[in-house]
Amino acid sequence: MKIGKGEIIFAVIAVLFMASFFYGMAANPGSEFGGADGAAEGVITDVTGGYEPWVGNLGFEPPGGETESLLFALQAAIGAVVIGYFFGYYKGKGRSD
Amino acid sequence: MHIFEGFLPSPWWQLWFVFSIPVIMFGMYRLNKLVSERRDLLPLLAVAGAFIFVLSSLKLPSVTGSSSHPTGTGMAAIMFGPAVTAVLGVIVLLYQALFLAHGGLTTLGANVASMGIIGPLAAYLIYKAGMKANINFYVVVFFAATFADWITYVVTSTQLALAFPSQAGGFVGSLQAFLAIFATTQVPLAIMEGALTALIFKYIIQVKSDALVELKVISQETVNKLRGISA
Repeated sequence: MKIGKGEIIFAVIAVLFMASFFYGMAANPGSEFGGADGAAEGVITDVTGGYEPWVGNLGFEPPGGETESLLFALQAAIGAVVIGYFFGYYKGKGRSD
Repeated sequence: MHIFEGFLPSPWWQLWFVFSIPVIMFGMYRLNKLVSERRDLLPLLAVAGAFIFVLSSLKLPSVTGSSSHPTGTGMAAIMFGPAVTAVLGVIVLLYQALFLAHGGLTTLGANVASMGIIGPLAAYLIYKAGMKANINFYVVVFFAATFADWITYVVTSTQLALAFPSQAGGFVGSLQAFLAIFATTQVPLAIMEGALTALIFKYIIQVKSDALVELKVISQETVNKLRGISA
């Protein structure tokens, strides 16, 4: 695939995104970049003076960070395989037609 | 970043199910029709679903010092409309709720409303309006996907603020606090997602533009024009 205008614009935005992350690291020293949902939980605690969820986790709970990252990687891998398969299929089909 | 299990008290979690279920049912009807009548378009549907799968698994750091993930729903919304996107959203949200302790089953209605329905609806409307105004296809896709992502988190903030109004500031006070977390964290992620979606659409135009024409997403003239420019 030829590098066109689209790829260049995407690359520039990706670099800007990385730059904004490094700026974020400098602006928030000591931050571990935890989930925004965790931060929202803090607000809920502030607002309600301690909220207890009325029901706990109902699905499977990964025992730790390692298993969790495995399942997230699996999710991304499944998606990437599907995308790559069909792009390759269509590209090859377009050539043979 | 979806609302955790048990984090929406009564009556809010039920209300969001009441909101979401009709849309999901309509989406399933549309999806059934698509699958039975246009089997040749299934691969494109798979790509749109897979795109949501990939993007919602990537937790990206943002300037605010928090992480969040993009949604990937803009692409499906542009190609298949918000109702079908809602069904795809349910699949992804169920996977994350059942296996990752991310989001939840009781909050599924609310999370589908934000990520599967209202965000995609915004993308769909922006896309239609932009194409009508004759703006460049990729620019329109960029804005549609960016806002699908960003609006999703504005809705999440609103859902939490409705359920947890603050004692001093009420709903508005809470909304400001939640928006400060979700909406600001999401800005760079949403822009990144918009750019990626536009780039993927370039490749779809290259290899399978006839499907987009069939779905009435784009006209043959626009395809010819885009190919003339980018070829």
